[in-house]
Amino acid sequence: MSKKQHYKITVNGKEEEFLAEPRELLIYTLRERLNITGPHIGCETSHCGACTVTIDGKSVKACTMFVAQADGKDITTIEGIGGPDDLHPLQKAFKEHHGLQCGYCTPGMITRATKLLEENPKPTEEEIRFGMAGNLCRCTGYQNIVKSIMAAAAEMNAAKEATE
Amino acid sequence: MIPAAFEYYRPKDMAGVLSILEEQGDDARVMAGGHSLIPMMKLRMADVPHLIDLQDVEGMSGIDLGAETIRIGAMVTQHDIIEHEPLASVAPILREAALQIADPQVRYMGTVGGNVANGDPGNDMPGLMQCLDAAFTVVGPDGQRDIPARNFYEAAYMTAREDEEVLTTVTIPMPIGGYAYEKQKRKIGDYATAAAAVQIVNDGGTCASASIAMTNLSDTPIYSEAAGAALVGTSVDDAAMSAAVAAMLGDIDPTEDNRGPIAFKKHVAGVILRRAIERAWSRA
Repeated sequence: MSKKQHYKITVNGKEEEFLAEPRELLIYTLRERLNITGPHIGCETSHCGACTVTIDGKSVKACTMFVAQADGKDITTIEGIGGPDDLHPLQKAFKEHHGLQCGYCTPGMITRATKLLEENPKPTEEEIRFGMAGNLCRCTGYQNIVKSIMAAAAEMNAAKEATE
Repeated sequence: MIPAAFEYYRPKDMAGVLSILEEQGDDARVMAGGHSLIPMMKLRMADVPHLIDLQDVEGMSGIDLGAETIRIGAMVTQHDIIEHEPLASVAPILREAALQIADPQVRYMGTVGGNVANGDPGNDMPGLMQCLDAAFTVVGPDGQRDIPARNFYEAAYMTAREDEEVLTTVTIPMPIGGYAYEKQKRKIGDYATAAAAVQIVNDGGTCASASIAMTNLSDTPIYSEAAGAALVGTSVDDAAMSAAVAAMLGDIDPTEDNRGPIAFKKHVAGVILRRAIERAWSRA
């Protein structure tokens, strides 16, 4: 019934153009159409946050947005945050502080945490727990995730102070 | 979870929205942040052949603080409410409530307009707006009209807004006195088991006015005039609070669901209201 439409989105700095039905969920556009498989599908019901991406400066669950809504937007996924050769301080901290076990929730966790630290560069433990409440982890008990984010914040703040 | 197919529209102005609504009738629905509607479409509990996305409609995202009223555009998000310092200084109850809605990701997308217009008894803003005696402006083919929040809700998902009307603005009289939005939920992101909005004025140790509304304890939010009246003229002591709780319990009509049986919900409603009154009074 509904025809494919032409969409243009920017993902990790790269412009992508394609045809899709408006009802396609953004998480499927990213994973299956653009082969950007960092954002994961956990619950697919807006609860778990494994699909979290940054869209025009907002942390968004990509399972709860139609591709039509994302037309024209600038999207960052975990792939745009850092790679194996240039890990983001958050990625390094998650590795060093054992902030992951199975790793399934990690892309969403780190993507959300980048935005959290952008808005609040020196969060308390309580603020981290509140700010990360949209991301579920079934392995770690969250303790090491909080520790990782605190460590990354400290490192990022120290690096910032050193350049000032 | 693939929703049924739909035609998607992203008009730039309200005239464009209204003309699609007029043309498509019951088959069309407007969407703000989509965080209530999209999950329902994914479950195929909502069928929306013509989906009108309001994100590009101009003039719906402002927060205007006047001398006597606050005007909040329907597309203002919960995140916007939390981040807006001038708003938080004149009406801190809005931030206190918004922080208890869903989780960070949902608050970036979820809007005030969507929250109040949807008519879900679990939403927090309807009860809050009843407590604050807000009015909702709706625009339709016959022009615009204002509907008091206290007269807006008819039943679950049934409101005084007609299908061809769009809710554009929430107007709140400048709140005075102490405030509290107290919410009991099973976990972060959940709807309330019970929640209470209280705004209260202290005149030399005596309660001069009190406004109380409850969330998710009936098929609509409940503005309990009697609960507020039970506090007026008292020193908000234990007896007055018990009278307010008793009055509130007479106005709510909870049903049993996965948040608990009726007796439990009434118990929690009483505890939550008492906490909200105490906190609001301590700030008054």
